[in-house]
This record gives sequence, structure tokens and C-alpha cells, in this order.
Amino acid sequence: MRRDIFQAIADPTRRAIITLLALQAMTPHALAEHFDSTRQAISKHIKVLTECEVVTQTQTGRENYYHLNLQRMKEIDIWLERFRKLWEDRFDQLDNVLKDL
Amino acid sequence: MTNNFVFEADMAAKTIHISREFNAPIDKVWKAWTDPEIIEKWIAPKPWIAQTKIMDFTVGGIWLYAMVSPEGQKHWSRIEFTEIENGGHFSSINMFSDEDGNTAAGAPKSFTETKFSSIDSNRTKVDVLKTFTDEATIKMFAQMGFREGTIMGYSQLDELLAAE
Repeated sequence: MRRDIFQAIADPTRRAIITLLALQAMTPHALAEHFDSTRQAISKHIKVLTECEVVTQTQTGRENYYHLNLQRMKEIDIWLERFRKLWEDRFDQLDNVLKDL
Repeated sequence: MTNNFVFEADMAAKTIHISREFNAPIDKVWKAWTDPEIIEKWIAPKPWIAQTKIMDFTVGGIWLYAMVSPEGQKHWSRIEFTEIENGGHFSSINMFSDEDGNTAAGAPKSFTETKFSSIDSNRTKVDVLKTFTDEATIKMFAQMGFREGTIMGYSQLDELLAAE
């Protein structure tokens, strides 16, 4: 199933997970300690985040670590930056049009 | 003078709020956003130009226009007006289309609400609120026909990528 970044951030718990993982990689146990929800509930959210390619997992020894995929988050900034620039340029052109109207 | 440009994305709500102030009375600003001959003068990022095929600025009417590249490549958009309050605000559904205004089934949409308010007799604020159906829509609208890098040169994009 293809998921998009909106699904990743649509849920407040997932936003909280992203915020925590932005600071450091965490084990499932350490992550779950930050929430009142069950570990199963958290691992469901992690599953969605993984499918959105926002979170990746690595194995270090016996421990599993969740990492935030910064590249994926950065992509969003790039689209938004393009879109922002488009509107900024449009409005500068509109200023000139309005002068002569 | 500051023009108070605002560009705020709320990714959770899938909305983008764009706002700006202009040094002109509200009736002129309204005309610049609703008269196709005038819109064409500012809506396209250089060196692209905008060309209108149909403009029916009524509720249920459409604006069908193309962004045309210097090589003559055309990207069509179909804007359907869903609400108009003369001189105050209008709402629309924006979609990419072919030159006859046909849109693909299930094609991504953005809903746009554009509001005009007077700050004083010679100054007007415009607020644009865009609501997207999904991530792919923002991506499409951001990249639109401008893959050639006319909006943002690749060098700028590289800088942006290198910044983090």
C-alpha cells in the first residue's frame, strides 16, 4: 500500500514520534516509555511511519533502533520552497501590473 | 515598505495559507485576480506565459488556461468557480486538464479560497487558502510545468539540498 507523508503526520502520536526521533534514534522500548499507549499501539504507528518511509530501522547487536529519514522530510521542504518561491515571484509581478492599472 | 508576505504550510491539515498586501485599492486588486487579460500578466513565472482559452467568471463557470513555455510546451489547468462574492472573495477547485478542460478521473485537486480585504483606501490584503487532497497534489502543484528549473534554478535547489 502506498502511503504519503500526510498520513505520517496526520496523527498527533505520530507527530510526537517524529519529534522524538528527530533528536535521536531510539529503541522500541525507549520510544514507548514516552507514551501512555500500549507498545502495540506505538508499533502500529511505527508501521505506518515505515510505510511512509519516514522511519527506518537498524539492528545494533540485539537492539532494534528507529531512525527518522531526514531525506524524506527534506523533500517536503523542497516542494514547499518551490511553491513559496512561485507565489513570491507572482506577487512581485502583480505589484508591477497594479502600478499601471 | 513591507508587503507582509506569508506562506504557511500546515501539513497535518493539508493546507497552505498564502497572504500578501498590495499597494492598490481593493477594486483594482480584485480586477487583477479576476480579469483574464490582467491575470495573464502576472500568474506565469518567467519565461513562461499564461494563455486563456475560456474565462467564465460565474459560479459553476471555469477558467481554462495554459502555461506556455518558450518552446511552446503547454500545461493546461482548469479552475472551476464554486463561490463568488463580488469584490470580497471567490472559491475554486483547481485541477490539471487537457486543452479541452477534461480532467482525468480521480485526478488530484486543490481547493482554493481567495479573500480580499481593504487595509485602507489604497492598500489591499489578499489571503489565499489552498487545501490539497494529498501529498502528491502539493508535489504536482509545486513542480507543475516547471521541471526545467525556471522557477527555481537547479543551483538554488542544490544549495537548498546542501543546507541541511
